[in-house]
Amino acid sequence: MSHETLSTILFLVFVAGTLAITFWASRNTKSASDFYAGGRSFSGLQNGLAIGGDYMSAASFLGIAGIIALSGYDGFLYSIGFLVAWLVALLLVAELMRNSGKYTMADVLAFRMSPRPVRTAAGVSTIVVSIFYLLAQMVGAGALVGLLLGVHSEAGKIWTIIAVGLLMIIYVVFGGMKGTTWVQIVKAVMLMVGAALITLLVLGKFGFNLSGLLGDAATQSGKGDAFLNAGLKYGTAAQGTWGKIDLISLGLALVLGTAGLPHVLIRFYTVPTARDARKSVLWGIGIIGVFYLLTLVLGFGAAALVGSKTIAAADKAGNTAAPLLAQKVGQDIFGDVGGTVLLAVIAAVAFATILAVVAGLTLASSSSFAHDLYAHVFKRGAATERQEVVVARVAAFVIGAIAIALSIFAQSLNVAFLVSLAFAVAASGNLPAILYSLFWKRFNTAGAVSAIYGGLISAVVLVIFSPVVSGAPTAMFPDADFHLIPLSNPGIFSIPIGFLCGYLGTILSKEYNASKYAEIEVRSLTGLGAEQATSH
Amino acid sequence: MTVQHDPSVYERIQAGEQFQELRRRYRSWAFPMTIAFLVWYLLYVVLSGFARDFMGTKLFGNINVALVFGVLQFVSTFLIAWAYSRHAAAKLDPIADELRGGAESRDEVGEGAK
Repeated sequence: MSHETLSTILFLVFVAGTLAITFWASRNTKSASDFYAGGRSFSGLQNGLAIGGDYMSAASFLGIAGIIALSGYDGFLYSIGFLVAWLVALLLVAELMRNSGKYTMADVLAFRMSPRPVRTAAGVSTIVVSIFYLLAQMVGAGALVGLLLGVHSEAGKIWTIIAVGLLMIIYVVFGGMKGTTWVQIVKAVMLMVGAALITLLVLGKFGFNLSGLLGDAATQSGKGDAFLNAGLKYGTAAQGTWGKIDLISLGLALVLGTAGLPHVLIRFYTVPTARDARKSVLWGIGIIGVFYLLTLVLGFGAAALVGSKTIAAADKAGNTAAPLLAQKVGQDIFGDVGGTVLLAVIAAVAFATILAVVAGLTLASSSSFAHDLYAHVFKRGAATERQEVVVARVAAFVIGAIAIALSIFAQSLNVAFLVSLAFAVAASGNLPAILYSLFWKRFNTAGAVSAIYGGLISAVVLVIFSPVVSGAPTAMFPDADFHLIPLSNPGIFSIPIGFLCGYLGTILSKEYNASKYAEIEVRSLTGLGAEQATSH
Repeated sequence: MTVQHDPSVYERIQAGEQFQELRRRYRSWAFPMTIAFLVWYLLYVVLSGFARDFMGTKLFGNINVALVFGVLQFVSTFLIAWAYSRHAAAKLDPIADELRGGAESRDEVGEGAK
């Protein structure tokens, strides 16, 4: 049997299993709290796994292993930002958000503000961030199927995007938060087991001598010791000082963006208490941290055993480094059949990864559409729970369809930058609004609206005029050139702009509500009046 | 389903000594620690950009400063997360429980949780 057939069978088993979970979840999804927050009945460990499943995208699994395999150490820089970011979520956001919010990020932002303008801003930002992230993942899925299943025709890629999109719509429309969370949990376990297995085999080949592995990787890469240090991809000598500033800008967006990503934030609502939210972030940090240490070994292992040249020949971005490594160590240790099986397993895990992440993003954006825009902006809070859930399901379908259409349109473009743009927007617009809401007494409607729009617009505009959109061979539109700024990552400017807009908007408006501040402050720190779990 | 409280309940609790102590204990730990780990992380990123000779110094075998520094970021993240959970369990949770329990037992809860 070829590895393509075996991958397809394994992946179909995953799809069948997750669809069964989804239909089970749909029978237990009745109230709005079930649909948006899984009835708040997940345990800390379950939600910790789901946080890992939501967060460890194909970009971080295949992408980071690929960057390390081709450019060495620079891939590790990425994973460190992704991990440290969780401390912001743990110390400042997770528990307070669980105590003061209900279903969406906007619940916390609109708590003591005029609801319509704040929910509009937060809803727009949630949908924009989620769509950026979705597009990058779905276009990636189209490219991956070519690499992993040998489907190279345009039609094959388009059908893959459509299939991924339809599955994610089914998970969200029928399973809601309950189904989506279980898909994330299954995927997180598969991904951790798969990555740990390959890592053990790789380390075993080097007699568990990390220094020996690194030495071989440096030699095989053809770049010597430079491969084990920063600078082959980000802030290279050729890019000069701007390149190094760009690296810092990326680092800022990664470390501050996580705690402002809507699909991450709504995970804190799925547990019964703030203490469980804390536990789930602790589990999440453990799982994500171990995973990134595994990808470090996978990346350098791929460089050492497969060789950077072979990896670059298979895919310019190195996305097949981890699957090729699985095939190679399987072959070396267990023979041809072993190679086929391991490659098939890793390919199936990669598809499971994409599906779980896109489902989380679709859920976040459709929840925000239904709860923030429909129920509170259009209906001014007069919608019933039943209406809200119906709208959320329709929104999941529509947003999914839009994402499929945009991904088909964008599939020949280089849209990998959309992931870091999503982090930059979350760090520049959402994070300032959340932190000010929770900790600044004076903060008000004008401040919240200015922070979100200020951060969102500045990040997007800076990127439009950057080398990732035009004026470079690797740009989204390589043939055009309207770039004005040498930075690919807007964070270093847009994050201070977001915080400043929030500050200025606040002090220029007279609005101030002391009793509502007392409510959010006491509620967020003590859990008094927090939303309760529903029991079935 | 949502518990409704008279707004004045929150203002009374907020003004109380116990809550002020809870807020002080939370902020005096979380805020400086956030600044500390952000500075520690930025130091790492800036050195990766601007001090590559130093980062490339080999310590033992092929293990260089960059790799050790990177792994230390993982170690510090795990330690801070663990320390925070200890701090919260020992210093924050008991006061939060007492304040919440007090307000709920004095029947300041409107509907009651279902």
